[in-house]
Amino acid sequence: MTNPSAPTGTASGPGARVGAVDASGMSSPPLLQLEGISRRFGAVQALQDTSLTVRPGTVHALLGENGAGKTTLMRVVFGLLAPDGGRVLWNGAPLAIASPSEALRTGIGMVHQHFTLVPAMTVAENVALGGAGRFDRAQAEARVNAVAARAGLALDAQARVDTLPVGAQQRCEIVKALVRDVRLLILDEPTAVLAPSESADLLAWMRRFADAGNAVVLITHKLRDALAVADDVTVLRGGRTVYTARAAASTEGALAGAMIGAGEADGTARADVRSSEGASTRSPAERTTAHTSVVLALDHASWRDERGIVRVRDASMAVHAGEIVGIAAVEGSGQHELLRLLAGRYEAAAGRVQRPARVGFVPEDRHRDALLLDAPLYENAALHGAGGRRGRMPWGPLRARTTELLARFDVRASGPVAVARTLSGGNQQKFVLGRELDEQPQALVVENPSRGLDFKATAAVQQALRDARDGGTAVVVYSSDLDEVLMLADRVYVMHAGAVREVRGDREAVGRAMLGEETANGGNANGGTGREGAR
Amino acid sequence: MKRAVVQLIGVLLAALALLSVLLLATGHDVAPALAALARGAFGSYYAVTSATVVRMVPLGFAGLAVSLAFRAGILNIGAEGQLFVGAAAATALALPLSGTSPMVAIPILLAAGACAGAAWAAIAALLRLRFGVLEVISTIMLNFVAQYLTGWLVRGPLQEPTKVNPQSASLADALHLPVLLEGTRLHAGVLLVVAVAFGVWWWLTQTAGGFRIRAVGMNAAAARTAGEVAVSRTVFAAFVVSGVLAGLGGAVEYTGITYALYENFSPGYGYTAIAVALLARLHPVGVLGTALLFGALEAGANAMQRDAGVPSVVVSVVEAMLILLIVAADRWSGRLAARAEATT
Repeated sequence: MTNPSAPTGTASGPGARVGAVDASGMSSPPLLQLEGISRRFGAVQALQDTSLTVRPGTVHALLGENGAGKTTLMRVVFGLLAPDGGRVLWNGAPLAIASPSEALRTGIGMVHQHFTLVPAMTVAENVALGGAGRFDRAQAEARVNAVAARAGLALDAQARVDTLPVGAQQRCEIVKALVRDVRLLILDEPTAVLAPSESADLLAWMRRFADAGNAVVLITHKLRDALAVADDVTVLRGGRTVYTARAAASTEGALAGAMIGAGEADGTARADVRSSEGASTRSPAERTTAHTSVVLALDHASWRDERGIVRVRDASMAVHAGEIVGIAAVEGSGQHELLRLLAGRYEAAAGRVQRPARVGFVPEDRHRDALLLDAPLYENAALHGAGGRRGRMPWGPLRARTTELLARFDVRASGPVAVARTLSGGNQQKFVLGRELDEQPQALVVENPSRGLDFKATAAVQQALRDARDGGTAVVVYSSDLDEVLMLADRVYVMHAGAVREVRGDREAVGRAMLGEETANGGNANGGTGREGAR
Repeated sequence: MKRAVVQLIGVLLAALALLSVLLLATGHDVAPALAALARGAFGSYYAVTSATVVRMVPLGFAGLAVSLAFRAGILNIGAEGQLFVGAAAATALALPLSGTSPMVAIPILLAAGACAGAAWAAIAALLRLRFGVLEVISTIMLNFVAQYLTGWLVRGPLQEPTKVNPQSASLADALHLPVLLEGTRLHAGVLLVVAVAFGVWWWLTQTAGGFRIRAVGMNAAAARTAGEVAVSRTVFAAFVVSGVLAGLGGAVEYTGITYALYENFSPGYGYTAIAVALLARLHPVGVLGTALLFGALEAGANAMQRDAGVPSVVVSVVEAMLILLIVAADRWSGRLAARAEATT
């Protein structure tokens, strides 16, 4: 409590780098300090010499693009992942956290992006789940009510979780942490699922929680939320800490720049990659001239989920034969639903959708949505179009076609009778892509095509997409890796908060549009993001 | 395939060992009891044709119903009820049709049974698709409803003319399914169940409709997203076809063996059918084999009770244990496969 929580102007200017915060926090040790954390997943270096300092009494915003390492870093703190190297200091003393229960005992709680509640149980039962000993309902409910009241969170301990709105479920998650007396609460994208008024309430609560001498780490890609509530801001990019400063000394523009790497050697190098890619084939302008026909189009299309929340808002876009259109968006912007509208897997609630009879679709979760894992490959190949098939299955020709498909797309399998489960992830993905591309569809919609693939398989999948385009297919690609989108796409649409607009420009312009910034060359923004540019 | 056969033999040996232990534990001599069991099932021409094979027919139809539903990912425990309503529907039509030619009447009776079974299964299908009621629960409940409905029918509208016994009037001789071998109870239903089993197998593996059912059973999300399959419609179809098979079994049992409807018309064929289907690994033709095996077990159980004084429920215990053994064996081999995969 010695450290006043109000943002002070002690940061050394807008561009303050790592270390600026340390200088001011001499009087009391930081609550949590991460030094040189590194963690590798296979070929991917998810965290590299990452540092973070959280002062008591503060809200600390942790920003970064998809895959920047935010969640990975916090999973290290919460004991879900062991780091390969680096130190964790708690109140100035080194600490090894091997499991979430140890983290909770230490005083660190985490609310995950996807809730971990048992829907059929009451709030009190969910809160009591982590505990030991006998379960006394009255006592558990009293405890929840007391903790919720003390924390200023409206929550009915007796309510069944599946009857609660999302905001209340989130409060239940928070209370789950608070009953364990946590001092540091990590919230992973907490406002992604909330309505605007709920978000404001949550941000206000975080402020109060921190003011009481605790600390919050807020993982987000919403710059506005970060600046509205946080005292300190840390930005990760590519697993490294690239920016640390007081929030009061930061602007949305500076943060966005740090997140996407604008103006740094790193960023320009990527831009070069992109332009050289473009040069190796026809230029985008050549590709999208009027003589190619529109194959896929949305005209003021909207889609809402079963809870009535609008996921795609008044979207208009067009995809021509022989081009790759990239979709860039941060997680949860409605891209998942947009792709399914384009592919004909969802029907629009309003507006018009133009699509050919046959649209190939490669969903991101191939195990769940694309494959019969226990069936042979030729049956998996037959799955395409199975909904409309009549009469007998032509297994003989289907087998022969599958054999061809394996050869054409370089799928390493013992043959068409190999069971899908026995293939590696890369070969499964090549197979799924090949199945959808068989017989050259007029349109192809692809979601995160290289997720979980190694370098070689990624290159093969990307080449297959380019070949499809060159063969005249209209291709739509979304990837959570912006660089992959930019590398593949001839044109880019950016989605933000359910709205779609085309963005012409470099990586920086796209990156800023993904974060909701209006840019001069963005042009035809169609609602949903209506606010002024930050600078 | 080879592995499946090895596993089947293993499960059978385990069942035999288990039966022996049960006999010992209940104070019976093992050898004479097992001898009686074998005699009752396979000991004579009459035992084979009139006890074992005859029981294979309803078990086969119900087993086909269960395996088809399970293939679609539907846990239809309701073959018993569908069997009952199938028999009841055939019984209801038997009297009005008693004067007509058997060439016309018998197919109508069988079709009526199939339709009734389908309708009964459709109730569970609608409950699941409209209201999300688990079919495991609804079909078990509907089994009781069907059995008590039968109980009411044979004391009310369908009771025999003298109104003394709680059963229906005997089926006119002309409407009996033809007996295949003079002097036995072996009826034409045996041929029908074999034909239907091969038909179901052909349909599941060779037609688009059958493929959709298997695809939905293996991974409904992939069938919907990658195959653009109408999952709800496919699930409904699977329920209905499953009901057709069980209802047909009820009608065949009525026209081929019992010639009358009564409250204990089925000694739990619909439940035993679950073991029949699982032991056949849901293969329609395999169901014929396992139905024959369970037919033999049940026929033998009767003989064991008669000749060795061993209560026939012992065999029910063995049947139940067989189901557990099959499930355990599947789990076990699945775990072994996973381990093998992990080490490579």
